[in-house]
Amino acid sequence: MTSPTVPPRTTRRERTSAGQWLRRAIVAGYLVLLVIWPVSLVVVKTFDGGLANLEHAFSDPQVTFALRLTVIVAVQAVLINTIFGVGISLLLVRHEFPGRGLLSALIDLPLSVSPVVVGLALLLAYGTTDGLFGPALSDAGFQVAFATPGIVMATAFVALPLVIREIVPVLQEIGTEQEQAARSLGAGGWQTFRRITLPSIKWALVYGVVLSLARALGEFGAVKVISGNVALQTQTATLTVEEKYQDFEQGTAYATAFLLALIAVAALVVVTFLRPKDDHGD
Amino acid sequence: MTSEIIATTGSARRRRPRGRTTLTRSSGLGLALALTWFSLLVLIPLSLIVIDATDGGWATFRDTLTSTQTANAIRLTVAQAFYVTVINVVMGTLIAWVLVRDTFWGKRLLEVVIDIPFALPTIVAGLVLLALYGPTSPLGINVVNTERSVFLALLFVTLPFVVRTVQPVLMEMDRDVEEAAASLGASRFTTLRRILLPALAPAITAGAALSFARGISEYGSLVLLSGNLPNRTEVASVRILTYIENGNEAAAASVATILLVVALLAIVALQLVSRWASRRD
Repeated sequence: MTSPTVPPRTTRRERTSAGQWLRRAIVAGYLVLLVIWPVSLVVVKTFDGGLANLEHAFSDPQVTFALRLTVIVAVQAVLINTIFGVGISLLLVRHEFPGRGLLSALIDLPLSVSPVVVGLALLLAYGTTDGLFGPALSDAGFQVAFATPGIVMATAFVALPLVIREIVPVLQEIGTEQEQAARSLGAGGWQTFRRITLPSIKWALVYGVVLSLARALGEFGAVKVISGNVALQTQTATLTVEEKYQDFEQGTAYATAFLLALIAVAALVVVTFLRPKDDHGD
Repeated sequence: MTSEIIATTGSARRRRPRGRTTLTRSSGLGLALALTWFSLLVLIPLSLIVIDATDGGWATFRDTLTSTQTANAIRLTVAQAFYVTVINVVMGTLIAWVLVRDTFWGKRLLEVVIDIPFALPTIVAGLVLLALYGPTSPLGINVVNTERSVFLALLFVTLPFVVRTVQPVLMEMDRDVEEAAASLGASRFTTLRRILLPALAPAITAGAALSFARGISEYGSLVLLSGNLPNRTEVASVRILTYIENGNEAAAASVATILLVVALLAIVALQLVSRWASRRD
Protein backbone atom coordinates (compact mmCIF):
# COMPACT_ATOMS: atom_id res chain seq x y z
CA MET A 1 0.00 0.00 0.00
CA THR A 2 2.57 2.59 1.07
CA SER A 3 5.28 2.83 -1.52
CA PRO A 4 8.77 1.86 -0.35
CA THR A 5 10.31 5.05 -1.76
CA VAL A 6 8.83 7.20 0.99
CA PRO A 7 11.60 8.15 3.43
CA PRO A 8 11.13 6.50 6.83
CA ARG A 9 9.49 8.78 9.36
CA THR A 10 11.38 7.43 12.29
CA THR A 11 10.87 10.31 14.67
CA ARG A 12 7.14 10.29 14.12
CA ARG A 13 6.95 6.53 14.51
CA GLU A 14 8.84 6.52 17.80
CA ARG A 15 6.63 9.23 19.18
CA THR A 16 3.36 7.50 18.29
CA SER A 17 4.46 4.01 19.11
CA ALA A 18 2.46 3.61 22.33
CA GLY A 19 -0.69 5.03 20.78
CA GLN A 20 -0.17 2.84 17.78
CA TRP A 21 -0.07 -0.28 19.90
CA LEU A 22 -3.14 0.81 21.80
CA ARG A 23 -5.06 1.41 18.58
CA ARG A 24 -3.95 -1.92 17.15
CA ALA A 25 -5.03 -3.69 20.32
CA ILE A 26 -8.45 -2.04 20.37
CA VAL A 27 -9.10 -2.81 16.70
CA ALA A 28 -7.85 -6.37 16.95
CA GLY A 29 -9.82 -7.02 20.14
CA TYR A 30 -12.99 -5.57 18.67
CA LEU A 31 -12.73 -7.62 15.48
CA VAL A 32 -11.85 -10.81 17.34
CA LEU A 33 -14.87 -10.51 19.62
CA LEU A 34 -17.28 -9.40 16.92
CA VAL A 35 -16.21 -11.43 13.89
CA ILE A 36 -13.22 -13.75 14.13
CA TRP A 37 -14.09 -15.72 17.25
CA PRO A 38 -17.82 -16.22 16.44
CA VAL A 39 -17.07 -17.25 12.85
CA SER A 40 -14.41 -19.72 13.92
CA LEU A 41 -16.84 -21.24 16.42
CA VAL A 42 -19.21 -22.12 13.57
CA VAL A 43 -16.35 -23.98 11.92
CA VAL A 44 -15.64 -25.77 15.20
CA LYS A 45 -19.29 -26.69 15.69
CA THR A 46 -19.55 -27.97 12.13
CA PHE A 47 -16.65 -30.36 12.61
CA ASP A 48 -17.70 -31.29 16.14
CA GLY A 49 -18.07 -34.96 15.33
CA GLY A 50 -15.61 -35.10 12.48
CA LEU A 51 -17.33 -35.04 9.12
CA ALA A 52 -20.59 -36.48 10.47
CA ASN A 53 -22.47 -33.17 10.36
CA LEU A 54 -21.50 -32.47 6.78
CA GLU A 55 -22.27 -36.03 5.68
CA HIS A 56 -25.61 -35.88 7.43
CA ALA A 57 -26.44 -32.57 5.77
CA PHE A 58 -25.46 -33.80 2.32
CA SER A 59 -27.55 -36.94 2.64
CA ASP A 60 -30.61 -34.84 3.50
CA PRO A 61 -32.62 -34.31 0.29
CA GLN A 62 -34.07 -31.09 1.73
CA VAL A 63 -30.58 -29.62 2.06
CA THR A 64 -29.29 -30.77 -1.33
CA PHE A 65 -32.45 -29.52 -3.06
CA ALA A 66 -32.17 -26.16 -1.31
CA LEU A 67 -28.49 -25.81 -2.24
CA ARG A 68 -29.20 -26.63 -5.88
CA LEU A 69 -32.08 -24.14 -6.01
CA THR A 70 -29.93 -21.48 -4.36
CA VAL A 71 -27.17 -21.87 -6.95
CA ILE A 72 -29.63 -21.81 -9.88
CA VAL A 73 -31.32 -18.68 -8.53
CA ALA A 74 -28.06 -16.92 -7.70
CA VAL A 75 -26.55 -17.54 -11.13
CA GLN A 76 -29.66 -16.20 -12.90
CA ALA A 77 -29.93 -13.15 -10.66
CA VAL A 78 -26.23 -12.30 -10.99
CA LEU A 79 -26.38 -12.70 -14.77
CA ILE A 80 -29.33 -10.31 -14.99
CA ASN A 81 -27.66 -7.83 -12.63
CA THR A 82 -24.36 -7.94 -14.52
CA ILE A 83 -25.93 -7.14 -17.87
CA PHE A 84 -28.21 -4.50 -16.36
CA GLY A 85 -25.40 -3.12 -14.20
CA VAL A 86 -22.87 -2.68 -17.00
CA GLY A 87 -25.51 -1.14 -19.25
CA ILE A 88 -26.85 1.31 -16.73
CA SER A 89 -23.35 2.28 -15.53
CA LEU A 90 -22.32 3.15 -19.09
CA LEU A 91 -25.52 5.16 -19.56
CA LEU A 92 -25.09 6.99 -16.26
CA VAL A 93 -21.44 7.89 -16.78
CA ARG A 94 -21.20 8.37 -20.53
CA HIS A 95 -24.51 10.00 -21.33
CA GLU A 96 -26.48 13.01 -20.35
CA PHE A 97 -30.25 12.72 -20.07
CA PRO A 98 -33.01 14.29 -17.98
CA GLY A 99 -33.47 12.53 -14.66
CA ARG A 100 -29.96 11.08 -14.63
CA GLY A 101 -29.21 12.33 -11.13
CA LEU A 102 -32.50 10.95 -9.85
CA LEU A 103 -31.89 7.57 -11.46
CA SER A 104 -28.40 7.39 -10.02
CA ALA A 105 -29.83 8.08 -6.56
CA LEU A 106 -32.64 5.54 -6.97
CA ILE A 107 -30.23 2.82 -8.06
CA ASP A 108 -28.89 2.69 -4.49
CA LEU A 109 -32.37 2.30 -3.02
CA PRO A 110 -32.36 -1.54 -2.87
CA LEU A 111 -29.38 -1.45 -0.50
CA SER A 112 -31.35 0.52 2.08
CA VAL A 113 -34.65 -1.34 1.80
CA SER A 114 -35.38 -4.04 4.33
CA PRO A 115 -35.37 -7.52 2.75
CA VAL A 116 -38.81 -8.14 4.22
CA VAL A 117 -40.07 -4.96 2.53
CA VAL A 118 -38.56 -6.15 -0.76
CA GLY A 119 -40.51 -9.37 -0.42
CA LEU A 120 -43.70 -7.49 0.43
CA ALA A 121 -43.24 -5.12 -2.53
CA LEU A 122 -42.82 -8.00 -4.97
CA LEU A 123 -45.80 -9.77 -3.41
CA LEU A 124 -47.98 -6.70 -3.93
CA ALA A 125 -46.94 -6.57 -7.58
CA TYR A 126 -46.72 -10.25 -8.48
CA GLY A 127 -48.82 -12.05 -5.85
CA THR A 128 -50.83 -14.75 -7.62
CA THR A 129 -54.26 -13.75 -6.34
CA ASP A 130 -54.16 -10.09 -5.35
CA GLY A 131 -50.98 -8.72 -6.90
CA LEU A 132 -51.06 -5.97 -9.52
CA PHE A 133 -49.61 -8.10 -12.35
CA GLY A 134 -49.83 -11.49 -10.62
CA PRO A 135 -53.27 -12.72 -11.76
CA ALA A 136 -52.70 -11.70 -15.39
CA LEU A 137 -49.28 -13.37 -15.48
CA SER A 138 -50.72 -16.41 -13.76
CA ASP A 139 -53.48 -16.67 -16.38
CA ALA A 140 -50.81 -16.56 -19.04
CA GLY A 141 -49.22 -19.56 -17.34
CA PHE A 142 -46.33 -17.66 -15.76
CA GLN A 143 -46.21 -17.81 -11.99
CA VAL A 144 -43.84 -15.39 -10.29
CA ALA A 145 -44.68 -15.41 -6.58
CA PHE A 146 -44.13 -18.69 -4.71
CA ALA A 147 -42.05 -19.95 -7.64
CA THR A 148 -38.50 -19.68 -8.96
CA PRO A 149 -39.02 -16.44 -10.99
CA GLY A 150 -40.11 -14.65 -7.83
CA ILE A 151 -37.07 -15.87 -5.94
CA VAL A 152 -34.82 -14.74 -8.80
CA MET A 153 -36.47 -11.30 -8.80
CA ALA A 154 -36.11 -10.91 -5.03
CA THR A 155 -32.46 -11.90 -5.28
CA ALA A 156 -31.82 -9.58 -8.22
CA PHE A 157 -33.53 -6.74 -6.32
CA VAL A 158 -31.37 -6.94 -3.21
CA ALA A 159 -28.10 -7.30 -5.13
CA LEU A 160 -28.97 -4.74 -7.80
CA PRO A 161 -26.59 -1.85 -6.97
CA LEU A 162 -23.50 -3.95 -6.23
CA VAL A 163 -22.12 -4.25 -9.78
CA ILE A 164 -23.01 -0.64 -10.58
CA ARG A 165 -21.30 0.75 -7.47
CA GLU A 166 -18.05 -0.96 -8.44
CA ILE A 167 -18.06 0.00 -12.13
CA VAL A 168 -19.23 3.63 -12.04
CA PRO A 169 -16.18 5.09 -10.20
CA VAL A 170 -13.79 3.27 -12.55
CA LEU A 171 -15.65 4.46 -15.64
CA GLN A 172 -15.49 8.00 -14.32
CA GLU A 173 -11.79 7.72 -13.63
CA ILE A 174 -10.70 6.28 -16.98
CA GLY A 175 -12.47 9.02 -18.91
CA THR A 176 -13.35 8.79 -22.58
CA GLU A 177 -10.11 9.61 -24.39
CA GLN A 178 -9.27 6.02 -25.34
CA GLU A 179 -12.83 5.28 -26.31
CA GLN A 180 -12.94 8.37 -28.51
CA ALA A 181 -9.61 7.43 -30.08
CA ALA A 182 -10.99 3.98 -30.88
CA ARG A 183 -14.12 5.53 -32.30
CA SER A 184 -12.20 7.96 -34.47
CA LEU A 185 -10.12 5.05 -35.79
CA GLY A 186 -13.33 3.46 -36.97
CA ALA A 187 -14.23 1.05 -34.19
CA GLY A 188 -17.94 0.37 -33.74
CA GLY A 189 -19.80 0.65 -30.46
CA TRP A 190 -19.53 -3.02 -29.53
CA GLN A 191 -15.88 -3.24 -30.61
CA THR A 192 -14.98 -0.19 -28.53
CA PHE A 193 -16.75 -1.68 -25.55
CA ARG A 194 -15.09 -5.08 -25.90
CA ARG A 195 -11.58 -3.86 -26.69
CA ILE A 196 -11.30 -0.65 -24.67
CA THR A 197 -13.98 -0.26 -22.02
CA LEU A 198 -14.31 -3.86 -20.84
CA PRO A 199 -10.58 -4.45 -20.17
CA SER A 200 -10.36 -1.30 -18.08
CA ILE A 201 -13.40 -2.10 -15.93
CA LYS A 202 -12.51 -5.81 -15.73
CA TRP A 203 -11.46 -5.87 -12.08
CA ALA A 204 -14.27 -3.68 -10.89
CA LEU A 205 -16.68 -5.95 -12.75
CA VAL A 206 -15.20 -9.12 -11.26
CA TYR A 207 -15.37 -7.60 -7.80
CA GLY A 208 -18.96 -6.50 -8.32
CA VAL A 209 -19.98 -9.91 -9.64
CA VAL A 210 -18.37 -11.74 -6.72
CA LEU A 211 -20.04 -9.40 -4.20
CA SER A 212 -23.37 -9.92 -5.98
CA LEU A 213 -22.92 -13.66 -5.98
CA ALA A 214 -22.18 -13.73 -2.26
CA ARG A 215 -25.21 -11.54 -1.60
CA ALA A 216 -27.40 -13.65 -3.91
CA LEU A 217 -26.42 -16.95 -2.29
CA GLY A 218 -27.16 -15.53 1.14
CA GLU A 219 -30.44 -13.68 0.63
CA PHE A 220 -32.93 -14.62 3.28
CA GLY A 221 -35.70 -12.17 4.20
CA ALA A 222 -36.90 -11.20 0.73
CA VAL A 223 -36.84 -14.81 -0.44
CA LYS A 224 -38.69 -15.95 2.67
CA VAL A 225 -41.63 -13.68 1.88
CA ILE A 226 -41.87 -14.19 -1.89
CA SER A 227 -41.01 -17.91 -2.08
CA GLY A 228 -43.60 -19.24 0.35
CA ASN A 229 -40.76 -21.27 1.92
CA VAL A 230 -41.95 -24.75 0.95
CA ALA A 231 -39.34 -27.44 1.51
CA LEU A 232 -38.30 -29.29 -1.66
CA GLN A 233 -40.13 -26.73 -3.80
CA THR A 234 -39.21 -23.12 -3.10
CA GLN A 235 -36.95 -23.37 -0.06
CA THR A 236 -33.46 -21.98 -0.54
CA ALA A 237 -30.38 -22.83 1.51
CA THR A 238 -30.64 -19.96 3.98
CA LEU A 239 -34.26 -20.83 4.70
CA THR A 240 -33.22 -24.42 5.29
CA VAL A 241 -30.66 -23.24 7.85
CA GLU A 242 -33.41 -21.47 9.78
CA GLU A 243 -35.80 -24.43 9.64
CA LYS A 244 -33.16 -26.98 10.62
CA TYR A 245 -31.98 -24.83 13.54
CA GLN A 246 -35.51 -24.37 14.84
CA ASP A 247 -36.21 -28.10 14.40
CA PHE A 248 -33.25 -28.83 16.70
CA GLU A 249 -31.21 -30.34 13.85
CA GLN A 250 -28.42 -27.97 14.81
CA GLY A 251 -25.66 -30.10 13.33
CA THR A 252 -27.27 -29.90 9.91
CA ALA A 253 -27.96 -26.18 10.39
CA TYR A 254 -24.31 -25.50 11.27
CA ALA A 255 -23.07 -27.65 8.38
CA THR A 256 -25.26 -25.85 5.83
CA ALA A 257 -24.36 -22.48 7.32
CA PHE A 258 -20.69 -23.45 7.20
CA LEU A 259 -21.00 -24.28 3.53
CA LEU A 260 -22.65 -20.93 2.75
CA ALA A 261 -20.08 -19.07 4.83
CA LEU A 262 -17.27 -20.97 3.12
CA ILE A 263 -18.46 -19.90 -0.33
CA ALA A 264 -18.87 -16.29 0.83
CA VAL A 265 -15.47 -16.07 2.50
CA ALA A 266 -13.70 -17.94 -0.32
CA ALA A 267 -15.12 -15.50 -2.86
CA LEU A 268 -14.00 -12.62 -0.69
CA VAL A 269 -10.48 -13.93 -0.21
CA VAL A 270 -10.02 -14.69 -3.89
CA VAL A 271 -11.08 -11.20 -4.88
CA THR A 272 -9.06 -9.45 -2.17
CA PHE A 273 -5.88 -11.18 -3.22
CA LEU A 274 -6.48 -11.11 -6.96
CA ARG A 275 -7.35 -7.47 -7.18
CA PRO A 276 -4.41 -5.28 -8.22
CA LYS A 277 -3.07 -3.46 -5.20
CA ASP A 278 -2.67 -0.13 -6.92
CA ASP A 279 -6.26 0.23 -8.02
CA HIS A 280 -6.62 3.38 -5.98
CA GLY A 281 -4.37 5.28 -8.35
CA ASP A 282 -1.67 7.52 -6.99
CA MET B 1 -13.71 15.98 -12.42
CA THR B 2 -16.70 13.89 -13.42
CA SER B 3 -18.69 16.84 -14.60
CA GLU B 4 -15.65 17.98 -16.53
CA ILE B 5 -15.46 14.67 -18.41
CA ILE B 6 -19.15 14.73 -19.09
CA ALA B 7 -18.92 18.31 -20.25
CA THR B 8 -16.10 17.49 -22.68
CA THR B 9 -17.86 14.49 -24.15
CA GLY B 10 -21.02 16.52 -24.37
CA SER B 11 -19.41 19.29 -26.37
CA ALA B 12 -17.49 16.77 -28.49
CA ARG B 13 -20.72 15.04 -29.35
CA ARG B 14 -22.40 18.29 -30.20
CA ARG B 15 -19.61 19.25 -32.56
CA ARG B 16 -20.05 16.03 -34.52
CA PRO B 17 -22.14 16.02 -37.69
CA ARG B 18 -25.69 14.91 -37.14
CA GLY B 19 -25.12 11.68 -39.07
CA ARG B 20 -24.16 9.65 -35.95
CA THR B 21 -27.62 9.10 -34.59
CA THR B 22 -27.30 5.28 -34.50
CA LEU B 23 -25.37 5.46 -31.24
CA THR B 24 -27.92 7.70 -29.65
CA ARG B 25 -30.74 5.51 -30.86
CA SER B 26 -29.21 2.28 -29.58
CA SER B 27 -28.21 3.78 -26.25
CA GLY B 28 -31.69 5.31 -26.04
CA LEU B 29 -33.16 1.86 -26.59
CA GLY B 30 -30.82 0.48 -23.95
CA LEU B 31 -31.95 3.15 -21.52
CA ALA B 32 -35.59 2.36 -22.22
CA LEU B 33 -34.99 -1.35 -21.63
CA ALA B 34 -33.04 -0.69 -18.44
CA LEU B 35 -35.71 1.66 -17.11
CA THR B 36 -38.46 -0.84 -17.89
CA TRP B 37 -36.69 -3.59 -15.97
CA PHE B 38 -35.83 -1.22 -13.11
CA SER B 39 -39.47 -0.11 -12.91
CA LEU B 40 -40.86 -3.65 -12.99
CA LEU B 41 -38.38 -4.89 -10.41
CA VAL B 42 -37.96 -1.94 -8.06
CA LEU B 43 -40.02 1.19 -8.67
CA ILE B 44 -43.52 -0.24 -9.25
CA PRO B 45 -43.37 -2.79 -6.41
CA LEU B 46 -42.03 -0.19 -3.97
CA SER B 47 -44.67 2.36 -5.03
CA LEU B 48 -47.35 -0.28 -4.44
CA ILE B 49 -46.28 -0.39 -0.80
CA VAL B 50 -46.92 3.32 -0.36
CA ILE B 51 -50.21 3.05 -2.29
CA ASP B 52 -51.32 0.06 -0.23
CA ALA B 53 -50.44 1.79 3.03
CA THR B 54 -52.49 4.88 2.22
CA ASP B 55 -55.25 3.00 0.40
CA GLY B 56 -57.75 2.95 3.25
CA GLY B 57 -57.13 6.63 3.90
CA TRP B 58 -54.81 7.66 6.69
CA ALA B 59 -56.91 5.71 9.21
CA THR B 60 -55.33 2.29 8.55
CA PHE B 61 -51.98 3.94 8.56
CA ARG B 62 -52.59 5.64 11.89
CA ASP B 63 -54.22 2.61 13.51
CA THR B 64 -51.27 0.40 12.61
CA LEU B 65 -48.72 2.83 13.89
CA THR B 66 -50.54 3.51 17.14
CA SER B 67 -50.71 -0.20 17.96
CA THR B 68 -48.51 -0.55 21.04
CA GLN B 69 -46.68 -3.59 19.73
CA THR B 70 -45.85 -1.95 16.41
CA ALA B 71 -44.87 1.35 18.00
CA ASN B 72 -42.57 -0.50 20.40
CA ALA B 73 -41.03 -2.45 17.53
CA ILE B 74 -40.31 0.73 15.57
CA ARG B 75 -38.95 2.50 18.67
CA LEU B 76 -36.66 -0.43 19.49
CA THR B 77 -35.42 -0.67 15.89
CA VAL B 78 -34.65 3.03 15.52
CA ALA B 79 -33.00 3.28 18.95
CA GLN B 80 -30.75 0.24 18.49
CA ALA B 81 -29.84 1.30 14.94
CA PHE B 82 -28.90 4.72 16.32
CA TYR B 83 -26.68 3.32 19.13
CA VAL B 84 -25.00 0.97 16.67
CA THR B 85 -24.37 3.82 14.27
CA VAL B 86 -22.70 5.86 17.02
CA ILE B 87 -20.41 2.93 17.86
CA ASN B 88 -19.69 2.44 14.16
CA VAL B 89 -18.71 6.07 13.71
CA VAL B 90 -16.07 5.75 16.43
CA MET B 91 -14.87 2.20 15.80
CA GLY B 92 -15.21 2.38 12.01
CA THR B 93 -13.07 5.48 11.82
CA LEU B 94 -10.51 3.96 14.17
CA ILE B 95 -10.38 0.71 12.17
CA ALA B 96 -10.03 2.63 8.90
CA TRP B 97 -7.23 4.69 10.46
CA VAL B 98 -5.33 1.62 11.60
CA LEU B 99 -5.79 -0.12 8.24
CA VAL B 100 -4.51 2.88 6.28
CA ARG B 101 -1.86 4.46 8.50
CA ASP B 102 -0.42 1.45 10.26
CA THR B 103 1.52 -1.48 8.90
CA PHE B 104 1.65 -4.75 10.75
CA TRP B 105 1.57 -8.45 10.15
CA GLY B 106 -1.89 -9.73 9.33
CA LYS B 107 -3.28 -6.47 7.98
CA ARG B 108 -4.46 -8.19 4.81
CA LEU B 109 -6.35 -10.66 6.98
CA LEU B 110 -8.09 -7.84 8.84
CA GLU B 111 -9.11 -6.39 5.47
CA VAL B 112 -10.90 -9.65 4.71
CA VAL B 113 -12.40 -9.81 8.21
CA ILE B 114 -14.01 -6.38 7.70
CA ASP B 115 -15.92 -7.64 4.67
CA ILE B 116 -17.09 -10.90 6.23
CA PRO B 117 -20.28 -9.44 7.76
CA PHE B 118 -21.22 -8.11 4.35
CA ALA B 119 -20.51 -11.36 2.52
CA LEU B 120 -22.00 -13.69 5.10
CA PRO B 121 -25.67 -14.62 4.64
CA THR B 122 -27.65 -12.84 7.35
CA ILE B 123 -29.11 -16.04 8.77
CA VAL B 124 -25.56 -17.40 9.05
CA ALA B 125 -24.53 -14.15 10.77
CA GLY B 126 -27.19 -14.85 13.39
CA LEU B 127 -25.97 -18.38 13.81
CA VAL B 128 -22.38 -17.18 14.07
CA LEU B 129 -23.22 -14.73 16.88
CA LEU B 130 -25.29 -17.41 18.57
CA ALA B 131 -22.17 -19.56 18.80
CA LEU B 132 -20.32 -17.04 20.97
CA TYR B 133 -23.14 -15.09 22.60
CA GLY B 134 -25.82 -17.77 22.83
CA PRO B 135 -26.84 -20.35 25.45
CA THR B 136 -23.66 -22.39 24.94
CA SER B 137 -21.36 -19.36 25.00
CA PRO B 138 -17.77 -20.14 26.03
CA LEU B 139 -17.69 -16.60 27.47
CA GLY B 140 -20.77 -17.20 29.60
CA ILE B 141 -22.57 -14.33 27.90
CA ASN B 142 -26.07 -15.12 26.69
CA VAL B 143 -27.82 -12.29 24.87
CA VAL B 144 -30.58 -14.42 23.36
CA ASN B 145 -34.06 -12.94 23.88
CA THR B 146 -32.71 -9.61 25.16
CA GLU B 147 -32.41 -6.16 23.62
CA ARG B 148 -28.67 -6.63 23.59
CA SER B 149 -29.08 -9.35 20.94
CA VAL B 150 -30.57 -6.76 18.58
CA PHE B 151 -27.69 -4.40 19.30
CA LEU B 152 -25.10 -7.13 18.75
CA ALA B 153 -26.62 -8.38 15.50
CA LEU B 154 -26.84 -4.87 14.08
CA LEU B 155 -23.29 -4.14 15.17
CA PHE B 156 -22.12 -7.23 13.28
CA VAL B 157 -23.94 -6.62 10.00
CA THR B 158 -23.11 -2.89 9.83
CA LEU B 159 -19.39 -3.24 10.61
CA PRO B 160 -18.08 -2.59 7.06
CA PHE B 161 -19.99 0.60 6.23
CA VAL B 162 -18.07 3.36 8.02
CA VAL B 163 -14.73 1.57 7.56
CA ARG B 164 -15.23 1.23 3.81
CA THR B 165 -16.37 4.81 3.26
CA VAL B 166 -13.63 6.40 5.40
CA GLN B 167 -10.76 4.22 4.16
CA PRO B 168 -10.45 5.57 0.58
CA VAL B 169 -10.67 9.19 1.78
CA LEU B 170 -7.95 8.57 4.32
CA MET B 171 -5.78 6.96 1.63
CA GLU B 172 -6.07 9.99 -0.65
CA MET B 173 -5.36 12.45 2.14
CA ASP B 174 -2.10 14.29 2.14
CA ARG B 175 -0.04 13.65 5.23
CA ASP B 176 1.95 16.83 4.69
CA VAL B 177 -0.88 19.02 5.94
CA GLU B 178 -0.98 17.14 9.23
CA GLU B 179 2.78 17.34 9.56
CA ALA B 180 2.75 21.02 8.76
CA ALA B 181 0.14 21.57 11.46
CA ALA B 182 2.22 19.56 13.91
CA SER B 183 5.41 21.42 13.06
CA LEU B 184 3.59 24.73 13.53
CA GLY B 185 2.92 23.65 17.09
CA ALA B 186 -0.59 22.23 16.80
CA SER B 187 -1.25 19.57 19.40
CA ARG B 188 -2.36 16.13 18.24
CA PHE B 189 -5.88 16.94 19.38
CA THR B 190 -5.93 20.21 17.44
CA THR B 191 -4.66 18.45 14.32
CA LEU B 192 -7.38 15.87 14.73
CA ARG B 193 -10.08 18.45 15.27
CA ARG B 194 -9.02 21.06 12.72
CA ILE B 195 -7.42 18.98 9.95
CA LEU B 196 -8.53 15.37 10.07
CA LEU B 197 -12.15 15.49 11.18
CA PRO B 198 -13.29 18.15 8.68
CA ALA B 199 -11.69 16.17 5.85
CA LEU B 200 -13.19 12.87 6.99
CA ALA B 201 -16.58 14.22 8.06
CA PRO B 202 -18.39 13.67 4.72
CA ALA B 203 -17.16 10.07 4.50
CA ILE B 204 -18.05 9.36 8.12
CA THR B 205 -21.53 10.84 7.63
CA ALA B 206 -22.05 8.79 4.49
CA GLY B 207 -21.00 5.60 6.26
CA ALA B 208 -23.18 6.45 9.24
CA ALA B 209 -26.23 6.93 7.01
CA LEU B 210 -25.65 3.57 5.34
CA SER B 211 -25.15 1.87 8.65
CA PHE B 212 -28.31 3.42 10.13
CA ALA B 213 -30.39 2.50 7.08
CA ARG B 214 -29.13 -1.07 7.22
CA GLY B 215 -29.75 -1.19 10.95
CA ILE B 216 -33.41 -0.21 10.80
CA SER B 217 -34.10 -2.69 8.00
CA GLU B 218 -32.26 -5.71 9.37
CA TYR B 219 -34.11 -9.00 9.58
CA GLY B 220 -32.17 -12.19 8.86
CA SER B 221 -29.49 -11.98 11.53
CA LEU B 222 -32.10 -11.33 14.23
CA VAL B 223 -34.40 -14.28 13.53
CA LEU B 224 -32.52 -16.87 15.57
CA LEU B 225 -30.99 -14.42 18.02
CA SER B 226 -33.59 -12.00 19.36
CA GLY B 227 -36.43 -14.42 20.05
CA ASN B 228 -38.86 -11.89 18.53
CA LEU B 229 -40.60 -11.23 21.84
CA PRO B 230 -43.44 -8.74 21.35
CA ASN B 231 -42.76 -5.31 22.92
CA ARG B 232 -39.29 -6.41 24.00
CA THR B 233 -37.07 -7.74 21.23
CA GLU B 234 -39.32 -7.59 18.21
CA VAL B 235 -38.00 -5.29 15.47
CA ALA B 236 -39.92 -3.53 12.70
CA SER B 237 -39.05 -6.08 9.99
CA VAL B 238 -40.43 -8.90 12.11
CA ARG B 239 -43.63 -6.91 12.66
CA ILE B 240 -43.99 -6.54 8.88
CA LEU B 241 -43.51 -10.26 8.37
CA THR B 242 -46.12 -11.08 11.01
CA TYR B 243 -48.60 -8.73 9.33
CA ILE B 244 -47.91 -10.41 5.96
CA GLU B 245 -48.38 -13.87 7.44
CA ASN B 246 -51.69 -12.77 8.97
CA GLY B 247 -52.82 -11.52 5.58
CA ASN B 248 -52.92 -7.90 6.74
CA GLU B 249 -50.94 -6.45 3.84
CA ALA B 250 -52.15 -2.89 4.42
CA ALA B 251 -50.71 -2.85 7.94
CA ALA B 252 -47.49 -4.46 6.70
CA ALA B 253 -47.29 -1.79 4.03
CA SER B 254 -47.78 0.97 6.64
CA VAL B 255 -44.80 -0.15 8.69
CA ALA B 256 -42.83 -0.71 5.50
CA THR B 257 -43.63 2.84 4.39
CA ILE B 258 -42.09 4.21 7.54
CA LEU B 259 -38.95 2.18 6.87
CA LEU B 260 -38.91 3.35 3.23
CA VAL B 261 -39.23 6.99 4.25
CA VAL B 262 -36.34 6.63 6.66
CA ALA B 263 -34.27 4.86 3.98
CA LEU B 264 -35.05 7.63 1.48
CA LEU B 265 -34.07 10.27 4.01
CA ALA B 266 -30.77 8.48 4.47
CA ILE B 267 -30.15 8.49 0.71
CA VAL B 268 -31.05 12.17 0.40
CA ALA B 269 -28.69 12.94 3.26
CA LEU B 270 -25.99 10.93 1.48
CA GLN B 271 -26.46 12.86 -1.75
CA LEU B 272 -26.36 16.19 0.07
CA VAL B 273 -23.23 15.21 1.94
CA SER B 274 -21.40 14.04 -1.16
CA ARG B 275 -22.43 17.17 -3.03
CA TRP B 276 -21.23 19.34 -0.16
CA ALA B 277 -17.97 17.40 -0.06
CA SER B 278 -17.27 17.75 -3.76
CA ARG B 279 -18.01 21.47 -3.64
CA ARG B 280 -15.42 21.92 -0.90
CA ASP B 281 -12.63 20.53 -3.07
